[in-house]
Amino acid sequence: MLLFAVSSKSLFQVNVPDESPCSPLNTLTFSAILLAGGLGAGFLGALSGLGGGVVIVPLLTIVFGVDIRYAIGASLVSVIATSSGAAAAYVKEGFSNIRIGMFLEIATTLGALFGAFLAAYIAPSAIAIIFGVVLLSSVYLSFRQKGDFPPPEKPDRIAQHLRLAGSYPAGDGERSYEVGGVTTGFGLMALAGALSGLLGIGSGAVKVLAMDQAMRIPFKVSTTTSNFMIGVTAAASAGIYLHRGYLDPGLAMPVMLGVLGGSMLGARMLMQARVRVLRFVFNLVVLALGIEMIINGAMGKLL
Amino acid sequence: MTPSTSQHESSRHDVKLEQALGNLLRAGVLTAAGFVVAGAILLLLRTGGAPVRDYHHFVPPDAQLRSVPGIFFGAVALDPRSLIQFGMLVLIATPVLRVAASLVGFLLEHDLLYVAITAIVLCVLIFSMAGGRGL
Repeated sequence: MLLFAVSSKSLFQVNVPDESPCSPLNTLTFSAILLAGGLGAGFLGALSGLGGGVVIVPLLTIVFGVDIRYAIGASLVSVIATSSGAAAAYVKEGFSNIRIGMFLEIATTLGALFGAFLAAYIAPSAIAIIFGVVLLSSVYLSFRQKGDFPPPEKPDRIAQHLRLAGSYPAGDGERSYEVGGVTTGFGLMALAGALSGLLGIGSGAVKVLAMDQAMRIPFKVSTTTSNFMIGVTAAASAGIYLHRGYLDPGLAMPVMLGVLGGSMLGARMLMQARVRVLRFVFNLVVLALGIEMIINGAMGKLL
Repeated sequence: MTPSTSQHESSRHDVKLEQALGNLLRAGVLTAAGFVVAGAILLLLRTGGAPVRDYHHFVPPDAQLRSVPGIFFGAVALDPRSLIQFGMLVLIATPVLRVAASLVGFLLEHDLLYVAITAIVLCVLIFSMAGGRGL
């Protein structure tokens, strides 16, 4: 592991621009490079299911030496664009459950406000370390077996009161499902929201975890409902980011356009491509970036 | 336990509402992207050759680019950065609009519990868009 960390370090170090103020890059070239980076991140993010947001912040901070506050701002708007852009396609399949989504958004939006609030008080190096840990966990989560957990043993009383049960189209007509573990799910959603507001990511992995494992919602329903929630959660912290100046137009512009284009392309490819190898490679990249973020944060490089 | 017929009907109703909302989201994103592209073209035409701004250190952009009225008036005056920020505002407003539309949907269904739930979410979002006073 240590060897891997060291080799990944030298791999990325090559591209780090000089800290000198007179950078040779002009704005046009810089924007073009970021657009290409965003395209790649959005494309691979859509194919892997991890989302483009997880690599934008490491890419901007480690490779381009951008301050982490600008980076999470640019990442968060990319997350909103990806989520909203994909929603129309998801909705046509008729899987998402608007009641579950709306109820859990109370938790995610309040969590996001709290995360955005914390972002102003936590040192950038500490944010980098938290980011690295979240990257490593999302790799772990994406390698976990995907599939439906057994339905809840007894329907949750809160779930019944809130009429969260629903149905989705399956091969042989409508299939109905019950919902359990509402309290745990709600708590995990608050955590997902806080991470989203603190790190400028979609936290899709935690959202799916809460709905799959805690609430025992069928995988197809939880994935699509999670996508619809990501945009709303991100919007809750984006307003605060904007007022605080984390959203720099020159930086957010190429990143957002790139990620949006890349994720739309990736979502289209997903229908036809065999993505196992790509998914594996992307996970390795995220793993390396996670280690790099932790090392940089610990060494105080991103201050 | 089998879901009652009324539940089935309401879930089918939801699907129709969902489809309209999905299209609304896509329209919002495309509008936002349009403003960002317009701003980007103007920005790169004017300052494309200039060296990159220093992003190594965090210096918040001008106050005008951080407030909703400031961005609006800047965009009307075709200031490139304001046009990009206006696109970002449209983008942020898109999910908020979706929540507002859901509120209307639940009102039409006379589902008061979900009207209340949706109203809470909407309040949090509007609080954030207004700058999160005190945060």
